[in-house]
Amino acid sequence: MLMGLYNYWVVVVLMMIGFYIVIAHGNLIKKIVGLSIFQTSVFIFYISMAKVDGGTAPILVEGIKQYSNPLPHVLILTAIVVGIATTAVGLALAVRLKEAYGSIEEEEIQKKDNLDC
Amino acid sequence: MINIVLLAFLVVIAIAIVRMRDLLAVSMLLGIYGLLSASFFVTMDAVDVAFTEASVGAGISTLLMLIAITMTGRSEHPERHKPVLALFVVLITGSLLIYGTLEMPYFGSADAPIHLHVAPHYINNSMQEIGVPNIVTSVLASYRAFDTFGEVVVIFTAGIGVLALLSVVRRPEDIIKIDSTNNLMRAEYLILRIVVKMLIPFILLYALYVQFHGDYGPGGGFQAGVIFASAIILYAMLFGISTARRVINQSVIQFFAAIGVLLYGSVGVVSLLNGKSFLDYSALSADPVAGQHLGILLIELGVGFTVASVMVIIFFNFEGRRDNSLTKESNKT
Repeated sequence: MLMGLYNYWVVVVLMMIGFYIVIAHGNLIKKIVGLSIFQTSVFIFYISMAKVDGGTAPILVEGIKQYSNPLPHVLILTAIVVGIATTAVGLALAVRLKEAYGSIEEEEIQKKDNLDC
Repeated sequence: MINIVLLAFLVVIAIAIVRMRDLLAVSMLLGIYGLLSASFFVTMDAVDVAFTEASVGAGISTLLMLIAITMTGRSEHPERHKPVLALFVVLITGSLLIYGTLEMPYFGSADAPIHLHVAPHYINNSMQEIGVPNIVTSVLASYRAFDTFGEVVVIFTAGIGVLALLSVVRRPEDIIKIDSTNNLMRAEYLILRIVVKMLIPFILLYALYVQFHGDYGPGGGFQAGVIFASAIILYAMLFGISTARRVINQSVIQFFAAIGVLLYGSVGVVSLLNGKSFLDYSALSADPVAGQHLGILLIELGVGFTVASVMVIIFFNFEGRRDNSLTKESNKT
């Protein structure tokens, strides 16, 4: 059981580390890093599920019977590129917040907002 | 065996990222994390995914993090937001998820439900129906082309978002000032500049190979777009953003980002007009398999255009913003 589920447990650990960074850290850049750790853990989850014992990469070659499942590969391939595009939007928002508030720490931004109203 | 070690490394790096307060170190660690997960994907037979993760996770994303940090500051505030409560929530969620995995089919088992449904159809029939050896490409570009169209639109939208958030309009005197500071800073990187100049043609050629060989080996529009963009970004890093803008005009790039999406969509419309369903390429030619080949070539080209242009747009706007904040500071002093 340990070997059969090891990959999935690592996925859960990584996911929880990412989740912890997102909720416990106040720095917006660090939060984005946490989100991308979370995101990568989902990628690892899908790709682990696609693996078949004794299988090979899903590129058709003569004489090979067993291939790993290509469908999760497709889903994750596009998700990676979409992930970087959305991360870039997040970073752009952080840069604009820095310009507007002079800080990217959540607490300080909150303090400034409270002073304004 | 090697995948167990790689996964353990990933956990170690993730813990190091939590503890590290220097954001520069964090972004370097994130680059290593990306590279290690790419190696893990290779051991899991996901070569196309590994290719993408290596160019995106270890390349472009580290770069964007670094540029963002130059503008937002390097160190993180030591204060945590209710760490005990956060740890409690995380532990509860984690143990529930672990409990959920106990019911899962074991890793690598061939009779898991995921392998019994659609996948056998793709593996057995893709050669006759699509005629492309790389099953990932045939699923990505033909069976699930509508899905991929959605992803391309998302990337395009993200490009527009970054453009809306970060683009700056400059006065000509500022441009001259930025140019002169850039030239001063970069005059010392003579060796790097020459080496990069020699490397760029090969990187571009490799990107084109990945683009057009994606039907037969790992590769395709997504990977090729990122590699193509990385060559341009490399040039912009060493020769300054304004030199790079003179080589590749920003409005031309924006035009190409839109052209990519348009090309993809119009292939779908052409097959609609020929009486088949949206993005059914067998309508493109008398021979269905030849039609599939043509369709995949065109839409991969569309994907490549959009991905490459959006990556360049993102980089140019981040870098342009940074130059702008630098001039503002020098105007103050």
